[in-house]
Amino acid sequence: MDKGKQTSDPATLDIDHIAKLARLALTAEEKARFSEQLGDVLAYVEQLKEVDITGVEPTAHAFPVYNVWADDVPRPALPVEVALRNAPSQRDNMIVVPKVVE
Amino acid sequence: MESEPYYQTIAELAEQLDERKLSSVDLTQCVIRRTKAVDPAIRAFNSFDEADALAQARASDERRAAGKSLGPLDGIPIGIKDVIAVEGQPLTASSRMLENFVSPYDSTVARKLKGAGAVCWGRLNLDEFAMGSSTENSAFGATRNPWDLERVPGGSSGGSAAALAAGEACAALGSDTGGSIRQPAAFCGVVGLKPTYGLVSRYGLIAFASSLDQIGPFAHTVEDAALVLGAIAGHDPLDSTSFRVEIPDYRSEVRKRRGPWKLGIPKEYFGEGLDPEIGAAVEAAIRFYREQGCEIREVTLPHTRYGIGAYYIIATAECSSNLARYDGIRYGHRSKEAADAVDLYFRSRAEGFGAEVKRRIILGTYVLSSGYHDAYYLRAQKVRTLIRQDFLNAYRDVDALLTPISPIAPFKAGEKAADPLAMYLCDVYTIGVNLAGLPGISVPCGFSKSGLPIGLQLIGQPYQEAELLAIAGAYERAHDWSTRRPDMDKSIAAWNASSAGRTFG
Repeated sequence: MDKGKQTSDPATLDIDHIAKLARLALTAEEKARFSEQLGDVLAYVEQLKEVDITGVEPTAHAFPVYNVWADDVPRPALPVEVALRNAPSQRDNMIVVPKVVE
Repeated sequence: MESEPYYQTIAELAEQLDERKLSSVDLTQCVIRRTKAVDPAIRAFNSFDEADALAQARASDERRAAGKSLGPLDGIPIGIKDVIAVEGQPLTASSRMLENFVSPYDSTVARKLKGAGAVCWGRLNLDEFAMGSSTENSAFGATRNPWDLERVPGGSSGGSAAALAAGEACAALGSDTGGSIRQPAAFCGVVGLKPTYGLVSRYGLIAFASSLDQIGPFAHTVEDAALVLGAIAGHDPLDSTSFRVEIPDYRSEVRKRRGPWKLGIPKEYFGEGLDPEIGAAVEAAIRFYREQGCEIREVTLPHTRYGIGAYYIIATAECSSNLARYDGIRYGHRSKEAADAVDLYFRSRAEGFGAEVKRRIILGTYVLSSGYHDAYYLRAQKVRTLIRQDFLNAYRDVDALLTPISPIAPFKAGEKAADPLAMYLCDVYTIGVNLAGLPGISVPCGFSKSGLPIGLQLIGQPYQEAELLAIAGAYERAHDWSTRRPDMDKSIAAWNASSAGRTFG
């Protein structure tokens, strides 16, 4: 169901919350600028509310292709050293990351 | 017309290569020399590998000498937008995030081009992650329009269009999510084709908005575009959205099909905001088709005005999801300042992405976030259904639609950079094609009084590229727009004399 009533005032886009969801550190200057610019964009897209979408199915892809199966057969994959060539940090065929568990 | 090899069509070059009047090595060297001469001013390339290109050219010459030519593309240097993977070459998306990334494998289109003998030539600049309409959003510097270096080449495939227009490649690949092939083709005076969604495999294309992205060719002529499309189209098991459809010989179809066609003119595409010079050039093209015996009908696409709103919700939602993979862990930029793993995500992404990409990730995250998903994303997808239905309704009466590409001429660099919404609104005539998944082509249809190219858009029915190319070819054959080339010496002299050239050149 369409819950148009949940739309809040676009000016209230909580940039701190959204930036956190997006895992994106923004500077104070970026927060101020993006809030203003995206406020314009959100005000613009408000016009979509004029459209009567009663009974209309959403389109995810223009030409729906369903149930595309691949044969379950082993195929050659990238060798480990090739797959790791772009890793920022690696050791013993593994990607090195900051410690996640103390 | 006798011209430098780098400005000849693939059809002409293939003939000379077959007759041994020209070698691929000579042609490739000629393109390299040209690139070195003009690219410092145009900046269409992020990088190129001269030795690699010449090695590919030598292999092509050896095939021909052995009587084993792979066809008309064998030995032709084709530039590649820097979002399409070519094994062993950089793949940056014009982003700091991928500044040092090297493709570990070939995209399907690169594999197919190589299979047709083409020389994969260079990495062409774009708006970062294909997000933009001017190629100003590149982390490595903006590309300039060869017709006037103070102006933008369009975007996001601005490097592809500019390189071709300036003779730095004989054709190019781009990608089109909301107009990113057709609009730069129009701005640079070349042909650009966005195929039907699913016709060309997206395997090895850096994803921006997966339900809209499609790879397609830039070429000097419709016939050349047909040749490149024939090489890259077709079903691919590595792309689950790739469509099973028969691929015809597009070039012979273009020659064979002669119309007359029924062409629809969507009235919503000729309203307020359309530059009168562009409107007049497109009207002249409509008159041409009418004189050729085509039936011209006014049609209506009533949901056109909601296209930009629906597009910027769907495209940013998909981009926020697709770009979540750039986290500084497995590949791409990793921050050196991080305190812990989560902080690493935040900082790597903050340091790696430019402003427009960040803006779109924020917008996309917002429209997908809890409490807003239905009001924005789901609603936009429903409006998308209505937009697509508008096109399918129109196709009950007509074979193709005829419209402008861009409401405005190529604008000056910096003119729209501070106002993202103003930039988005310029995509009004190209976005519907992506939302509906249709094929669209941009064909040169004139020049403004100040000498800037104008593009005509023809929009075809799903998987009817042969018909679309034939309709475009009929116009092209009767006009000489596609044979015009920018005078680069003049452009560079004017640039050097201008204040912009003195300040930034």
